[in-house]
Amino acid sequence: MSKRIVVTGLGVVSPNGIGIPAFLHAIQNGISGIKFMPHYRELNFSCQLAGMPAFEWEGLKNYISDVTFHGLKGTNIGYGIAAALDAWADSGMGYETDEPRWETGCVFGNSIADTEAMKNVINRVDSKEVKKLGSRVVEQAMNSGVTSYISGRLGLGNKVITNSAACATGTQAILMGYEYIKHGYAKRMLVGSAEHVDTYVYGSFDSMRVLSRKFNDYPEQASRPMSSTAGGFIPGSGAGALVLEDLDFALQRNARIYAEVLGGSSNSGGQRLGGTMTAANSTGVIRCIDEALASSGVSPQQIDTISGHLTATNADKQEIQNWTQALNRKGDDFPLTNSLKSMIGHCLSAAGSIESVAAILQIEHQFVHPNINLEDPNPEITNMVGIDCLPVKMIKKEVNIVAKANFGFGDVNSCIILSKFN
Amino acid sequence: MTRTEILIELKKVFAPYTTNKEMLDSINDETDLIKDLKINSANLVDIIIDAEAKYDIEIDYDSADKIINVGTCIDLIMEKLKQDK
Repeated sequence: MSKRIVVTGLGVVSPNGIGIPAFLHAIQNGISGIKFMPHYRELNFSCQLAGMPAFEWEGLKNYISDVTFHGLKGTNIGYGIAAALDAWADSGMGYETDEPRWETGCVFGNSIADTEAMKNVINRVDSKEVKKLGSRVVEQAMNSGVTSYISGRLGLGNKVITNSAACATGTQAILMGYEYIKHGYAKRMLVGSAEHVDTYVYGSFDSMRVLSRKFNDYPEQASRPMSSTAGGFIPGSGAGALVLEDLDFALQRNARIYAEVLGGSSNSGGQRLGGTMTAANSTGVIRCIDEALASSGVSPQQIDTISGHLTATNADKQEIQNWTQALNRKGDDFPLTNSLKSMIGHCLSAAGSIESVAAILQIEHQFVHPNINLEDPNPEITNMVGIDCLPVKMIKKEVNIVAKANFGFGDVNSCIILSKFN
Repeated sequence: MTRTEILIELKKVFAPYTTNKEMLDSINDETDLIKDLKINSANLVDIIIDAEAKYDIEIDYDSADKIINVGTCIDLIMEKLKQDK
């Protein structure tokens, strides 16, 4: 069990930048990807904003054959393909292979098929035209559509698993890939997650009254984690992907190494002790963070930066309190903490993977990205942690260890510990 | 519609589904859709749906089973067009 697992490739489709160079520029400069969606106003949504990637659908032809592209409608699958194949190429490997790559597997998560695309299926069936559906629906409706397209394109022959754990999906996918390599099942795992918040999924969140509704005229200011004026989250879409490799395997092929995954934990609060379908049990969260630290052999004092879940709901305060208890650090001793959601909104299943890509870029380029829209921090939060621990401008500093966590509906938690590779 | 006219049209129907684009120009009655044009067998369904829309015909499940090569495709379409008249 002495295996070390490293990150050798990154790919991202984010509302504020597609591809690593654009995304890095955006997170260093606090560029928002939140836009006004006129269609949502027509639909009488309370929140009329979204983090939608400026994704050119035709560009998918650079990744998959024309035959595969023809009939591909699942937006989440398209995002996943682009991020995963970019990560693969970034890792210095070609797409083509005749033999399956038996040593490489894939854990890619998502939450739901593109229901806007599925609407066509419903309409056809209801109008007694089922014969016209064709052969391409099932592969895109199935939850494993994303992993099927990715692993098929690259010939991945090890474990191919689609995970789903609501907003903890992305972080959990990374952890699962890490565990398979750690336990010797695979040498390399392509991991990540994708999400497309279509109108129907968006509407369902809107109806829960958990989305921001007071900033519709100021899209870029609307996602305000940890702020006094935070009033709910902004749904975002996209995908993030990482290539994880056994260190020796990566060194053999002289791969570039971005960072090391030291360990992590994924658990549930059991929807007990204050935990519910939609709220986290703090005991479970603290336990998850503590287990992640223990599995990584890292002390709380070694954490340089926290990449929080921090969605801009009233759960932010509780999350910060959980971190202070788990790490036993508060006031000015609290690690620098940021929420990428301030720039891109909450990308649900994709949040964990996109935010992990951001965390790794902070290690690679030695900086902590800003929290935008935090000119009015919530005093209940700054009573617990120093105001300077919540940066509003990019900070250039030594970043060795980042704790990345996400918490999701169903009271599920995931936390991973990422480190500079030494 | 003559067989040649249908053949020209069929090339357009097959185009999105074949990975062997070079062969598409030189197809004849004997060209096998799966072996030669490398069409995924699951996509034959989509070709039938596209052909139905293009010629405004209906190809029932049993007739669809006869589609093996370009020749049987043309036979079927000619037969269906004749029935519709």
